[in-house]
Amino acid sequence: MTAGQLPRWVDYGLIPLLNLAAAFLVSGLVVVLIGENPLDAVRLLVWGSLGYGEGIGFTLFYATNFIFTGLAVAVAFHAGLFNIGGEGQAYLGGLGVALACLALDRYVPWYVTLPFAILGSAAMGAAWAFIPAWLQATRGSHVVITTIMFNFIASSLMVYLLNNALKKPGSMQPETRTFEVGGRLPFLNDIFPAAGFGYAPVNLSLFIALAACFLVWLVIWRTRLGFEIRSFGANATAAIYAGISPVRTIVITMLMSGGLAGMMAINEIMGSQHRLLIDFVTGYGFVGIAVALMGRAHPVGIILASVLFGMLYQGGAELSFEMPNITRDMIIVIQGLVILFAGALEHMFRPAIIRLFTPSQRLTAREA
Amino acid sequence: MRSCATRGNGPAPGGPRMSEDIHVKKVLTLGTALAGLAFSVVGAAAADIQPAVLYDLGGRFDKSFNEGAYNGAEKFKEDTGTEYRDFEIQNDSQREQALRNFAKRGMNPVIAIGFSQANAVEKVAKEFPDTQFAIVDMVVDLPNVRSILFKEHEGSYIVGVAAAMASETGKVGFVGGMDIPLISKFACGYKQGVMATDEDAEIFENMTGTTGAAWNDPVKGGELAKSQFDRGADVIYHAAGGTGIGVLQAAADAGKLGIGVDSNQNGLHPGSVLTSMLKRVDKAVYKAFEDAQNDSWSSGIEVLGLKEGGVDWAVDDNNAELITDEMKASVDDAKAKIISGEIEVHDYMSDQSCPF
Repeated sequence: MTAGQLPRWVDYGLIPLLNLAAAFLVSGLVVVLIGENPLDAVRLLVWGSLGYGEGIGFTLFYATNFIFTGLAVAVAFHAGLFNIGGEGQAYLGGLGVALACLALDRYVPWYVTLPFAILGSAAMGAAWAFIPAWLQATRGSHVVITTIMFNFIASSLMVYLLNNALKKPGSMQPETRTFEVGGRLPFLNDIFPAAGFGYAPVNLSLFIALAACFLVWLVIWRTRLGFEIRSFGANATAAIYAGISPVRTIVITMLMSGGLAGMMAINEIMGSQHRLLIDFVTGYGFVGIAVALMGRAHPVGIILASVLFGMLYQGGAELSFEMPNITRDMIIVIQGLVILFAGALEHMFRPAIIRLFTPSQRLTAREA
Repeated sequence: MRSCATRGNGPAPGGPRMSEDIHVKKVLTLGTALAGLAFSVVGAAAADIQPAVLYDLGGRFDKSFNEGAYNGAEKFKEDTGTEYRDFEIQNDSQREQALRNFAKRGMNPVIAIGFSQANAVEKVAKEFPDTQFAIVDMVVDLPNVRSILFKEHEGSYIVGVAAAMASETGKVGFVGGMDIPLISKFACGYKQGVMATDEDAEIFENMTGTTGAAWNDPVKGGELAKSQFDRGADVIYHAAGGTGIGVLQAAADAGKLGIGVDSNQNGLHPGSVLTSMLKRVDKAVYKAFEDAQNDSWSSGIEVLGLKEGGVDWAVDDNNAELITDEMKASVDDAKAKIISGEIEVHDYMSDQSCPF
């Protein structure tokens, strides 16, 4: 809407940075209020997330999750759809990964299992997004409502399956058996020992996530389908008038979105936990919304926002470990402030900055 | 404490602007003395144990299980002055990370609360064979891990006896939290206790949900309790964490009776809580710390039932009027028989089924 009014570096660089700075300022006030030194807190947060190999490893591990769920939300954004069912789609994606791993891990090496796991996770996630998509496309039931309801259904379904079908006999934990080597992605630390990631669970799926970013960029900005999706998102009426099928666009977009969300499970299940366990998504699907908002629904922005949220997760954990006064709930407050400033109050600084930049732009235009 | 010492170590932070030598010297001496004092305290503590507690996703103040562990650790700190560290995880990846962080910093023993920690404990305990670990509610079979289990079915049996005797309608209820075998274990022991006392008793059983949210949904807990009251129940036992607060509230509102769980909840609604089934996680944590301090740490499986005082029912001023002598006699009788082995309470998790 304001595109073109500002230079790109301001739009994509300065404004997010300002929002972030504001969020950290307010967080700092909160830290002061509970009687800790905010500078120490920042130092711990940054050191914990970027200061040493294992910390970086954890940051990247979380970032991998956020890239997948962020892309999922972003793809749907482009078609004007608000998919907040990433949580459930990722959960079901875990089922796809686990089924592939449980079936194959004893017989083949991981690189044979991996394609099936990717396929399984994407298919399951997409399937879970299909019904809301279909209902939206043909019946007008809003995806915001249906996808969030599907999160609850996913949760119940998975508890049922884990308790009654997949559980390791004799165990009381609702989880599958641990996968053998054939169902485990190699940790990056094993591939590049020089990086010193230590015990951090960052694994090969980071590269799958980066590949997914490229593919999303390719599809959205370089294909006919992507053009249709973006046209439909920009103006559905015009798109339909131009001959773009709304049902087809909505369903395909949501399938892509759900599939991407589902693929998050590769990182979590095949990459790190090596077993399907209850509630493993723990909010990554919802954070994906913030990541997509902050990253302006562009893959590069999403990677940056994912790393930021990875830092908040990992650095936050270190922070509450080192400063017991800052509980994990405080960390959520800080994350919430970042989301608030980056997402909801996105336009707070924009008018002032436009005023600041417009005259100089006009000047350059006249000179040209 | 250590950070305090280093901070205090700086030469008179924000010190007086008067630049008289004597004054500065005084401040410096005082600073050094203080720092020395702080260091000596740290030094003394280092000779002691440095225990740590890792809570499950429920968090430190869940009014139930994790809070029991917290209370045990706090009590130990109060009694012995031994500081401890603790951590609340946010997601599954942090389990291992936190355990490792504790072990790396020389914390010993490290106690993990909740069965979900099993995999993480198993992995990290192997990496740090010299650190003692303990896990509550699950078995990890390693030489440096103490696995603490509770016989919740026994405790549930005796409150079942009390419930059956307190009921006038012959109908009692049970509200569980999340639908998992552990909670069925509570339910099954309770049913057995009720049936053993009143063969014709009718028992309503509801689980709140199938996700972790079921531990913290007092509104739904209250609704389930109300529906059981409407069907004629007049005593309801809950094993539902935070959800149970709603159950007990509904019982108090309806003038019926509730039974608390894990910690002593008799005081929540005095006169409306018949009793509480105590699961002494606090005792287990305290004992683990104590054993480590006395150098009498033992690994292996430790099962805490009625006999060991790991589970019990709560009688205090708040429910004294509700517990008749007859009831007390029956419960004590049941306790004695369970301890002696005359009554065997069925453990749901032994065969994943409940015969009652």
